This record gives sequence, C-alpha cells and structure tokens, in this order.
Amino acid sequence: MSLNDILDSLFPAGHAVNVENKVISGEATTAKGTVAVLGTTDAAAIDHAMALALSGFILDTIEQHPGRPLVFLVDTSGQALSRSQELLCLNGSLAHLASCVDLARRQGHASLSLVTANAVSGGFLSFGLMADRAYALADAQVRVMDLRAMARVTKIAHERLVELAATSPIFAPGAESYVRMGAIEAIWPALSAERLVSALEEVVILDKQDIRQQLGLLRQGRLLANDVVRAVLDAAAG
Amino acid sequence: MIPSLAARHSWFEATARARLAGLLDAGSFTEILPPADSQPSPHLALLDLPGAFDDGVVVCHGQLEKKPIFAIAQEGQFMGGAVGEIHGAKIVGMLRRAAQEKPAAVLFLIDSGGVRLHEANAGLIAISEIMRAVLDARAAGVPVIALVGGSCGAFGGMGIVAKLCSAIIISEEGRLALSGPEVIETVAGVEEFDSKDRALVWRVTGGKHRYLMGDCAMLVEDDIAAFRRGATEFLASWTEPAPSVAHLRAGQQALEHRLAAYASYRDGLQVWAALGVAEPESVPLLDRDSLVALKEGLPT
Amino acid sequence: METLNFRFDSKPVPRAANPALCGVVGSGNLEILVKPGIEPEACRVRIKTSARGFGETWRAVLDSFATSHPAGGTVIAINDMGATPAVVTLRLAQALAEYQGGAL
Repeated sequence: MSLNDILDSLFPAGHAVNVENKVISGEATTAKGTVAVLGTTDAAAIDHAMALALSGFILDTIEQHPGRPLVFLVDTSGQALSRSQELLCLNGSLAHLASCVDLARRQGHASLSLVTANAVSGGFLSFGLMADRAYALADAQVRVMDLRAMARVTKIAHERLVELAATSPIFAPGAESYVRMGAIEAIWPALSAERLVSALEEVVILDKQDIRQQLGLLRQGRLLANDVVRAVLDAAAG
Repeated sequence: MIPSLAARHSWFEATARARLAGLLDAGSFTEILPPADSQPSPHLALLDLPGAFDDGVVVCHGQLEKKPIFAIAQEGQFMGGAVGEIHGAKIVGMLRRAAQEKPAAVLFLIDSGGVRLHEANAGLIAISEIMRAVLDARAAGVPVIALVGGSCGAFGGMGIVAKLCSAIIISEEGRLALSGPEVIETVAGVEEFDSKDRALVWRVTGGKHRYLMGDCAMLVEDDIAAFRRGATEFLASWTEPAPSVAHLRAGQQALEHRLAAYASYRDGLQVWAALGVAEPESVPLLDRDSLVALKEGLPT
Repeated sequence: METLNFRFDSKPVPRAANPALCGVVGSGNLEILVKPGIEPEACRVRIKTSARGFGETWRAVLDSFATSHPAGGTVIAINDMGATPAVVTLRLAQALAEYQGGAL
C-alpha cells in the first residue's frame, strides 16, 4: 500500500503532504477541520535528520496553527544503526522530538498516531507512543524484537518463546499485544476516513493523563503495572 | 584529611543501594516498596529465571543537604538494569508522586541497557510511560537529574529518558547512547563499529565526549561523593523552566547546527578538533579537572 | 530454575527492627533477604536458583552456617544466579549481621 493510497483513504476531502527523506509533513482536510499530518514512511530507521525534521514541523505547527490536531503516520523499523549517528547522541534528538510532541499536548494540540506498517522500539517511542492515542492497521508489525532474535539474545529456546507468546502479550510481537497492554487504543481493520474522524473527536476531548496502565489492567494484558504505580503513590511518606 | 588520600568509593563498582547510601544524607533513606514487601517478576519466573525482590530498581524518599528529594536507582548488575513491567511501574509511580508532592528534585540513577527483552512489550510501554512522567514532573516544576556512571550506562529507551531529564551528571566511566555498539556491530558489521575497541566506544559514547559536546551538564569523578557534590551544586543554581516553544526552538537550532557541522564525523577525535580542542588525542588521558578546564576554555 | 526449601535448627538470633537484604541477583551472585519467622529455634530457607541439581550442596552449606551462627527465628529468602558456596556463606554472614542492626 503506497503512502498516497493511505492518504487518499484517510483524507478523501484533500491533503497536501510532502515526503522527503522518508519524513512526511503537511496538512489535510477532515470533517473536523484541517489537521497536521506528519510521520515516517518506508520503514524509516529514524536518524538525526528525520527526528529534527519532525520536531521542526511540530514547532512550526504550534507557532503557526495553534490547536491544530496532529495526525502521526508511523512506519519505522526503529532507529538508525550507525556510529556517526551515535557520535552525535541520537538518543538526544529522539528525546527532543518526544519533548516537542509533549509540548504540543500541553499547548492544546490533540494528537493521534496510526501505525501503517512497522513500529519498532526507539522510532516508535520518540513520536508514535508520545501521541495522546495510538492506533494500528490490522497487518501492522509492532514490536521490540522478533522472537528468533529474542531467543538468541536471551538464550531461551525459540519454541518455548513461541509457546508462551501464544498466551502472554508481555513479549509477543504484534499490535494485538499492545492493545491488550493499553498502549494502542484499537486496531483498524482497514483505512477509513470515518474512523479517523471519530478518533479525532475522541482525542480532542480526552483527558490528557497517561492512563495506559489502567487500560492494560482493564484489558487484562498488563496485570501488575497499575497496582505497582498505585502502591508507590499510596505508600506512607517517610 | 587531604582529599586525595581519602578512600574513593567508586560509583561504577557500587550497587544501586550503595550508591544511594552514599548519595543521600546519612540516615535519610526511606525505601518505597522495600524488598521484604515485594515479589520478583512473575514474567521472569515463567521463563525459568530467578527474579530480584526489588525487580532491579530502588525507589525512595531521602534528603540531599537537608532538602527533601526522591531518588530512583537502577541496579545494573541485575539483568543489565533493564526495564520490565514492575521495574518500570515503580519508576513511573515515583515520578508521578514527585509531580504531586513536589520534592526539591528527583535524582534518577540510571544504569540500564533499556528494555528488558524478557518482558519486551511491557518494558517498551513502561519506558514510554517513564518518558511522559519525567516531562510531567518537570512541568510541575520538579527538576529530574540523571546520574550516569554505572557499568550499563544509559542505553536504548533509557538513553532517551536520560536526555529528557533536566540535566545529566556523568562520570568518565559513564556511557550514554541509543543503540549499544554490540547491536550496531551485529547489524552493520565490525567496520561500522568495533564494539571490542574500548577506546573507540568511549570516544563515541563515553562521559568525556558527551560532556565536551554539551549533552551532559557536568562531568564528575567516578566517586559516589563526587556525584553527591555534583547534584548538590547543580541544584543550587537550577530553576526548572516551564515547557515552552522558545526553549525547544533553541534546542532545535542547536541540534540542527551541530548536525550540519558534524554529520560526516565518525570519531570523537574529529568532533573535539572541530570544537577547538588543540590536542584532541590527549583528551582520553586528561583527568577530570583538566578536562573541565579545557571545556571551559573552548570557544562557544 | 529450581526452588528449594529447607529448615535448620539454629540458636536464636537477636533481631533489629527491619528485614535485611544483602547482595544482588547478578551472575555468580545472589540476594538474601532475612525476615523474622515464628520458630525461635529454627531458620527456614527458601531458594530460587538458576542452577539446577545443587540441592545437596545448598543443604550442606546452609546446615554448616546454621550450626556455626545463630540464625534461629528467621525466614530467609534467596534469589541465586549461580553463586559459589563461598559467596553464599559470605552473603549470609553479611545479611545476618545487618539483620542484627549493623553491617559487618
């Protein structure tokens, strides 16, 4: 599925979006008004230039279009793996990008992300998971690491991991695991302008607290985190 | 007593609990969810691995020079300090509590490779929650100071978290990056990054390099007392800024300039020369005080 | 992983206010948590260890410790990542010393 197909399906009323160096930026018309559209395509491995292009576009939007909702399209295979990138502190540019998404929220910009193909670790952390809400298409790949690589690193038999992954969302790759654990709101069976509009309607009135732990408990995918957070908050002060 | 003769207590070698004992005012440590009241991670048990009662992180109240602070200390010796479900939730809880109770600071003793792969999804989501909780604590006016000098450094998602903090205090032994050199070598080849070349690894990810480039606010000796002095000194002159476009614009410009100037470099030596260091090859040999003096003399 | 449970007779140990923890669950190391138990003349030990098949070694090391040190009235929980008997004995001594109100 090409980016243009994605954009046409999500924004039939029109879109003006640039793609440069796998970074998407622009705007689109929806039944809820104009939205900023940004993100990455072609399984981008996020590097400094991409992170700064995204963060710069977010800052422009905050300055020039106060309150305009942000729609992130996520297709990232993670972070760029190179010495020159690490030399310049890649984690710093990703943190800067995350700070910009967070600032937009504080300044009244509702945001949502849609994983269109891949969402992997560092790339996903820096913007997709920073949005008010995240969604994924049905065939999207959401993961930290596939089970074969995980078996190699953890020295646990691949068959055992496959067996456990069938029942536990804790490490099983896939968007469904992230829904059960509260990090993805829902899986969209197909691209749909109607779904996007109703998602936008929900995020604009959403309470901005991070409630992913509560959702993880409600959906029975993350049974411990919510209670641990509560216990820390409720523990008697020294 | 002459300070140089005093026994130094290495931060790098110490456990998380020993670091806290030396960092906070004596007797002020009060742990939240202490080991005796906690259960190890059931996810590790399912994979047939022994857990730790504190799941590899100690969260506590305490005091620093009589000011109330919160502290979070990751144990690098347990599963590389990696973030699992309980581990992450303890950190998130403490940061949220800080946003409510407003201590003078949160000291975040990071010693972690990032996500605990055995609990990969839970770890990744927890790190995302930690990222938001750090920014919420800071927006509430509470400085969050990252202290990095342990054997696992601050890598993966915890490298991002470190850079979301108000400031990073690092030792020469500390390392800060996103992907570990081993991961880059495995994927991109030994020519790209030879993870066994320790000197190179330090020139790319080490404390001196990060301090010279301005990614870390302070460089301190590998000594628990030095981290304590550094944190005290930093907080004495720091007021947490409110989140603002102007602040992030300035950050954006600095990062863009840096990328334009240094994008083709592959070794700290090249960056240091470009920063104006006359003898870049001498940097790895300089002691902490000489390096700080060198940095302070650089053109800005 | 293997879980082992033991009970040893041991002279009562005076307790301080708080449970004591020593060590870290890292390679070749272990953590030991000492809490008060209900039998003053016995020490109960529960071990979770990554190394299977060392039950008799654990029994011998712990039995020798409980005989030579007062450890009665405690419940001891151990998480182990392949510590040697020497490390186990050292950490037990540290944990019991801390349990009595002061580190070694």
